[in-house]
Amino acid sequence: MFRYLINKSDERPLKDVPVYISIILILAILCQIYWSSAHPLQRVTIKALPEPPSQLESQLLGLGDSIAISKLFMLWLQAFDNQPGVSVPFKRLDYGRVIIWLERILALDPKSQYPLLAAARVYGEVADEGKKRQMLEFIYQQFPADPNRRWPSMIHAIYVAKHRIEDYPLALKFAHAIAQQVTVTDIPHWVKQMEIYVLEDMGEIEGAKILIGGLLESGAITDAHELQFLQNRLNSLEPENTQ
Amino acid sequence: MTLQPILTIARFTLLESIKNRMFILVLLGVVSLFGLTLFIGELAVTETIQIQNAMTGMVLRLFAVFIICIFVITSTIREFNDKGFELVISLPVGRYAYLAGKMAGFCLFSIFIVFIVCIPLAFIGNTSQLVLWCFSLICELWILTALCLLCLVTFKNITSALFVVLAFYLLARTISTIQLIGSSPILETTNLSHKVITMVIDAIAFLLPALDQFSKTEWLVYGGGGSSEYLFIVGQTVIYITLLFTAACFDLHRKNF
Repeated sequence: MFRYLINKSDERPLKDVPVYISIILILAILCQIYWSSAHPLQRVTIKALPEPPSQLESQLLGLGDSIAISKLFMLWLQAFDNQPGVSVPFKRLDYGRVIIWLERILALDPKSQYPLLAAARVYGEVADEGKKRQMLEFIYQQFPADPNRRWPSMIHAIYVAKHRIEDYPLALKFAHAIAQQVTVTDIPHWVKQMEIYVLEDMGEIEGAKILIGGLLESGAITDAHELQFLQNRLNSLEPENTQ
Repeated sequence: MTLQPILTIARFTLLESIKNRMFILVLLGVVSLFGLTLFIGELAVTETIQIQNAMTGMVLRLFAVFIICIFVITSTIREFNDKGFELVISLPVGRYAYLAGKMAGFCLFSIFIVFIVCIPLAFIGNTSQLVLWCFSLICELWILTALCLLCLVTFKNITSALFVVLAFYLLARTISTIQLIGSSPILETTNLSHKVITMVIDAIAFLLPALDQFSKTEWLVYGGGGSSEYLFIVGQTVIYITLLFTAACFDLHRKNF
């Protein structure tokens, strides 16, 4: 393929090259090899996460293409913990700055779910409870801007709150936000019913029953299968409450 | 009568691209860059297809722009240096016919480039939005082709022409953002200098095509492109190509050879 690109008939044979040029070329290559070997590798240094550029500066960097630069930023941020010669644990990252980066990435591409998912399931998976809560708060703050698109990240946040932090009131707050703000109907039924499940897990059976009863009587549920499911759920809660 | 020389020059321009093996080079470049963007997409935890679409679109668009600019500039300069242009104008062919023929040949070459560039995107994107994106990229390359010809006629130098074209492209894609930066400064100020600078930026923006509205990554990732985008692209392309081509003809007719 490369011979096809280079026209061989234009080249002279190797013996036409003067000897001194060949000698100097070989010496130069050997000098370069010696030079590289004489300079040891630099010590590994861990770089701190820098401040992100402003939204307008980011758009400039992307030549007006905010979505492409947003994706690039997200991949860069995700890979930031893998620096040359060292892997930086997430707990050493400045989470305040991570949140600023995630906010910037979301501002550049508001329809993307990547920053919120990364907040919940990547940066929220550290052992440090304070950092987990920072990420959950970030997701909660961003949710109202587009609840119909961002509900999956809130579900992840509920999971982290319930099973990682074991903060049921926090999980209930998130579930309540989903129930109040998500208006689309083409989502799984259990999404808007998360509040009921969290109440049950908290032992708030009466609260769960009131919620289910309210949903059934409001007429907001129109799907026959969902109605049946909720009714069955309500019936199953009765024996639990009397125990 | 005038059409025949234009078509002949266009045909030989396209033949030159074939003999320079430009299509193979473009194909190799597209395959390599597509592989790179697939690799980048695999690094993603989620939205893999979206990231691949976005990265592929951005990288291949820049590649197409770079290839067309390099080819138009070097090909035309070579013709000037080989006195091919002077041979053509010594015949009963108008200077504008030469430019029109070159323009037509390069525009046809642009269409082939965009078809090759869009092959990888066809596997990972929405077809209707891809058609819009391809159409927009073709128009973007046509505008740059006309600009390259104008710069060549004006400067007759590869470095100067390439520098001006790339600077124009960067400015045309970022001028909206620059205007926003200028209109919302960090410190509120009523200095005369700030007002003058803002006015100059606005004046430049009036003269530049809105290239940030062309080949938008948003169409590939989220869709949403429609007939209004087609109308805008066609309108902007027609106006700007007419402007650049007329300027090139104006300059060419004033040159002594």
